[in-house]
Amino acid sequence: MLLIPCPFCGARSESEFIYGGPVRAARPDPNVVSDADWVDYLTVVPNPLGPVQEHWWHARGCGEWLTIWRDTRTHDIVEAPDEIE
Amino acid sequence: MQKYSLFSLARNALSGHRNWPLAWRSPPLKDRYDVVVIGAGGHGLATAYYLAKEFGVINIAVLERGWLGGGNIARNTVTIRSNYMRDASIPFYVKSVAMYEGLTRELNFNMMHSKRTMVDVVQTWPKLRELRRRQLVMDIYGSTYEQITTAELRRRIPALTGGGPEARLPVICGMVHTDAGVNRHDAVAWGYARAADAMGVEIHQQTAVHSLLRGAQGAIEGVATSRGTVRANKVVVAVSGHTTTLTETAGLRLPLRTMNLTAFVSEPVQPLIDVIVNCPDSGFYFSQSDKGEMVIGGAPDMGQSFRRDIKQHVFEDTVSAMLSLFPRFKKLKLLRQWGGHLDIAHDASPIMDQTEVPGLFVTAGWWGGYKAIPAGGLTLAHLVAKGAPHPLMAAFTLDRFRHLDFVMEAGTTTAR
Repeated sequence: MLLIPCPFCGARSESEFIYGGPVRAARPDPNVVSDADWVDYLTVVPNPLGPVQEHWWHARGCGEWLTIWRDTRTHDIVEAPDEIE
Repeated sequence: MQKYSLFSLARNALSGHRNWPLAWRSPPLKDRYDVVVIGAGGHGLATAYYLAKEFGVINIAVLERGWLGGGNIARNTVTIRSNYMRDASIPFYVKSVAMYEGLTRELNFNMMHSKRTMVDVVQTWPKLRELRRRQLVMDIYGSTYEQITTAELRRRIPALTGGGPEARLPVICGMVHTDAGVNRHDAVAWGYARAADAMGVEIHQQTAVHSLLRGAQGAIEGVATSRGTVRANKVVVAVSGHTTTLTETAGLRLPLRTMNLTAFVSEPVQPLIDVIVNCPDSGFYFSQSDKGEMVIGGAPDMGQSFRRDIKQHVFEDTVSAMLSLFPRFKKLKLLRQWGGHLDIAHDASPIMDQTEVPGLFVTAGWWGGYKAIPAGGLTLAHLVAKGAPHPLMAAFTLDRFRHLDFVMEAGTTTAR
């Protein structure tokens, strides 16, 4: 079980949260991007052996939405990878 | 291949079972094959078997990082069914269920197939409407779904004592899928391996593939393994959760996410349940194995995960859901728990195709891929051998993403 850092409530048990899906790139204007980039935006998310960025909703707590980086191999909540920042 | 029969059993019993031949060889690894299949799981072994049997492609190496049949084929809950939603999906799974029913004879290996029916315990009206929609489509393709009353449901499953009128989710009715069954997962892996080996297919265990190799023109050239480079102009990736890990080594992005799905078994108890019980509203399903264990599966861990263990709260949620409908199971002791990581495509349907890397084939996105092993192997072998998709799998190629023509099965699997 994860201990997820809520900005208001501090580290709280995962069972208080609802998973909100991976963080995706901003929605491009479909009239401007290529077909391939549009399909890529709609269907492909990063699937690394390592950190992924994801949304969580503190539904059974304060109601805040937050994002974390989590390692898909260990479940460790980690710092954002350098190249992202 | 020595034929397994009553006579071979008797003959070997007389010699103290010391002279059984090995079920498959362990030949030396060559540096070139016509086809390399990565992954000696259900889909990899079935693909190799049908390539040899149906299409005469013999010069095949199946490369396996661990041991044969030690991946997700050993980590699932052996449920074989065809109750899907889409016109493309149902005939594919109907074919697979039918192939499974003849597999013992086909492979001369006892699959311990038990066609025992699956019963859905329906607890919400939206789920009932969804199952009725499935029933209408399934009827077109000869797959069975039939609604039964709560009284009939409780008669067929006496242990179902929860979910009464006062419950948070009272049982509304049941849906019966008589085509469903279970069998023995090890037998599927070993049966396909033995029969493929007998036709000349080589199976190499303890041979991890680290990366895919592309030639100067971009086509696939082979694979880099822990035992050196193996060359082939056709490479099949059949590695479940690690599909993207491998295809990214060839610069290929696929619409797949890897998730963790868990299962656990109880101690063996007396015969109690003779169907597969599926409780989609509560989020668990189970069947009783021939040994008497309850084989229980739950909802997935929702985030991406490459782990093969089980999260405590996923486990607790599944157990508490089960106890709400089957309160007698509180006394059951759970013996083993495990997880598997598998990838799921954007529309929750499988992907079987030659990728944009010429010669590189993938079979992936198998959420509940155990039931699809025979038809998946047969149709992928068709594609690899002939270069054109088999009619049963033409809808499952990557083209559906290019044209946003999804085969939307999200919601008809435990993936939700």
